[in-house]
Amino acid sequence: MYRYDQYDHLIVRERIAQYRDQVRRRLADELTEEEFLPLRLQNGLYMQRHAYMLRIAVPYGLLSTAQMRMFAHIARKYDRGYGHFTTRQNIQFNWIELEQTPDILADLASVEMHAIQTSGNCIRNTTTDEFAGVAADEIVDARPYAEIIRQWSTFHPEFIALPRKFKIAINGAVEDRAAIAVHDIGLTAVRNEAGEVGFKFMVGGGLGRTPILGSVINDFVPWQHLLTYTEAIMRVYNQFGRRDNKYKARIKILVKAVGAEEFARMVEAEFADLKDGPETLTREEVERVAQWFNPKPYLTLPNIDPRADHADNKAFANWLQRNVKPHKVPGYASVVLSLKKTGVPPGDATAEQIDFVADLADKYSFNELRVTHEQNLVLADVEQAKLFEVWQQAKARGLATPNIGLLTDMISCPGGDYCSLANAKSIPIAAAIAERFDNLDFQHDIGDIELNISGCINACGHHHVGHIGVLGVDKDGSEWYQVSIGGAQGNESAIGKIIGPSFSAPQMPEVVGRLLEVYVKNRVDGERFIDVAQRLGVAPFKEYVYATPIPAGELVGEDEYA
Amino acid sequence: MPNFELHSHKQIIKHRDVVDDDWSVLKLVDDAAPESVEVPAGKIIVPLKVWLAQREQLAARAARRELGLWFASDELAHTVKDDLDRFAVVAVDFPKFSDGRGYSIAYNLRKRLGYQGELRAIGDVLRDQLFQMLRCGFNAYATRQDRSIHDALKGLTVFSETYQASVDNALPLFRRHARGALPEHSDVGAGI
Repeated sequence: MYRYDQYDHLIVRERIAQYRDQVRRRLADELTEEEFLPLRLQNGLYMQRHAYMLRIAVPYGLLSTAQMRMFAHIARKYDRGYGHFTTRQNIQFNWIELEQTPDILADLASVEMHAIQTSGNCIRNTTTDEFAGVAADEIVDARPYAEIIRQWSTFHPEFIALPRKFKIAINGAVEDRAAIAVHDIGLTAVRNEAGEVGFKFMVGGGLGRTPILGSVINDFVPWQHLLTYTEAIMRVYNQFGRRDNKYKARIKILVKAVGAEEFARMVEAEFADLKDGPETLTREEVERVAQWFNPKPYLTLPNIDPRADHADNKAFANWLQRNVKPHKVPGYASVVLSLKKTGVPPGDATAEQIDFVADLADKYSFNELRVTHEQNLVLADVEQAKLFEVWQQAKARGLATPNIGLLTDMISCPGGDYCSLANAKSIPIAAAIAERFDNLDFQHDIGDIELNISGCINACGHHHVGHIGVLGVDKDGSEWYQVSIGGAQGNESAIGKIIGPSFSAPQMPEVVGRLLEVYVKNRVDGERFIDVAQRLGVAPFKEYVYATPIPAGELVGEDEYA
Repeated sequence: MPNFELHSHKQIIKHRDVVDDDWSVLKLVDDAAPESVEVPAGKIIVPLKVWLAQREQLAARAARRELGLWFASDELAHTVKDDLDRFAVVAVDFPKFSDGRGYSIAYNLRKRLGYQGELRAIGDVLRDQLFQMLRCGFNAYATRQDRSIHDALKGLTVFSETYQASVDNALPLFRRHARGALPEHSDVGAGI
């Protein structure tokens, strides 16, 4: 993976000095809270319901084991012994003291990490496919380009006070695993007939209160122009994006207002002047960055059937089926470690688990890990012959729940338990649903399904693109949940449709149960839930869910996780 | 009641020094019509709208180098492209820290329109914005007067290296330096 050179180190160190002084001035009242707010936000520090939350950047979700262990250290020394992996492939700590944040940054810098631009109205962490570099269907490894964008966007002087936050994702594979259609800029790395790399630019996707899928404004921007073309988009947005209403300030609203064609024309006009300018990428620079992502020193191994010696082990078979993914090198596989064990908030990991996963990666996966945008962890390069060992060890630590892509592999934001924006709690809803459908045979029968929960309209839990989406809403001061179906991410991205009036928290497991019953009754030939939902539309689901009153049962786990 | 206000700063930052200043920024009161304002004598920085409405009357003052122009954050640099060199100072207003349009106005004035003169940041200008202002082409800063201007000066020297090209540095880092030396071979930045 990429290693800092002296300039990366210098910039991060100078950043810490700047931030340390900002904190000092705040504590000495030389800065008002209002003045300090944008400064701390640009450094990932939010004031939450109970304490400060610090969000640390995991560029494109890739981590060394030394970095992973630093998270465990931070969890123990500065927090309450655990961290929360996010849908943007970052990690956040929820119980942080302002006074200690400069020291946390210094600790992070020692392992080449930072919290720069993890919030605020600026360009955020660029995300990509968690299987980049190893996926069997990969066309271009997107990580070098994500790193190039990271450097270019870090402290970009002109785009530091945008109308709103700005998120870029890159996919370089046949299957989009980076959810590019719901990003401000969604890039697809492709090759033209001559084999040259270029980028398809999609602009103006997003979730939040106005969910919109991005529009393609250019089918092929040669790699040399990646930064200049992006700069053109940013300048158009910085000048013309709305600033009068923060709910209308994302680039999607601008693209929708002027139309994708006109927006593309504005970008082209801006780009005409930047094209071939100094920010044009050189082959040398791309190669300098790309060499850090060269293939690992793989052994020459045959593909094997990892089940062979364990034919009667159903639990292992389930895990292989759900949590192990194909690798482009024979004899290897990628392993997804589930952070979705029933009874644990989605994406949470304890310091002990974090250390343990680092140990696993050191032993089995070239000292590297990835964070997925579904809030799980990945060991990308495991020898197939070692899968049984890895499974046994992961299972002993509660990290081998064979539920990847299944009902209990939910995406959930931290919700009203932590977040001051949330209208409603999300973790207890996730917990109650997980508890009700904990039976793995049932989950495997239901098969691929994405259930996404957001505690408010900001949609951090990506509810719009969940096959089943749950949104917490506030009605007269109490918490209610609106349910949508038919959303999807990836190549077939779609925004879900609301099925009807919202539900109380205790009703939610039954609502999900009824939706699944409609699916089971109507599925044909191995159709997934999403296929049935998109084929039949909302009507039959709506009819059945609302046909009889839903008892307000016990909400499991609320007190436990509140 | 005059339909404008004058705002002046005893001192501003120019380049990297604190210097006395004798300019006043004219702001229209409420929705005063730009053509109705009687621009007072002295060195006045007028709103873009007033210049456009009174170009003929103000031309002589501009020729005497007694006229400046300021852009509101929702105005575009190229609106006055042929007139730029007539002003002794061009200013860009930052109505609040979170409004970053002024950075693009400055970039366009410098890079697109080739403006070479004084480019002054006015409005909600504080220490922690100065570095990016400098990078986007500002060379003068009327910092908020309830804060120490000498303290604000420190904002200009936060970083000694930057990744991107901008107005202050026409080349990005990868074209300025051979990159890739590992930190163990260099002690740049150690001990900061």
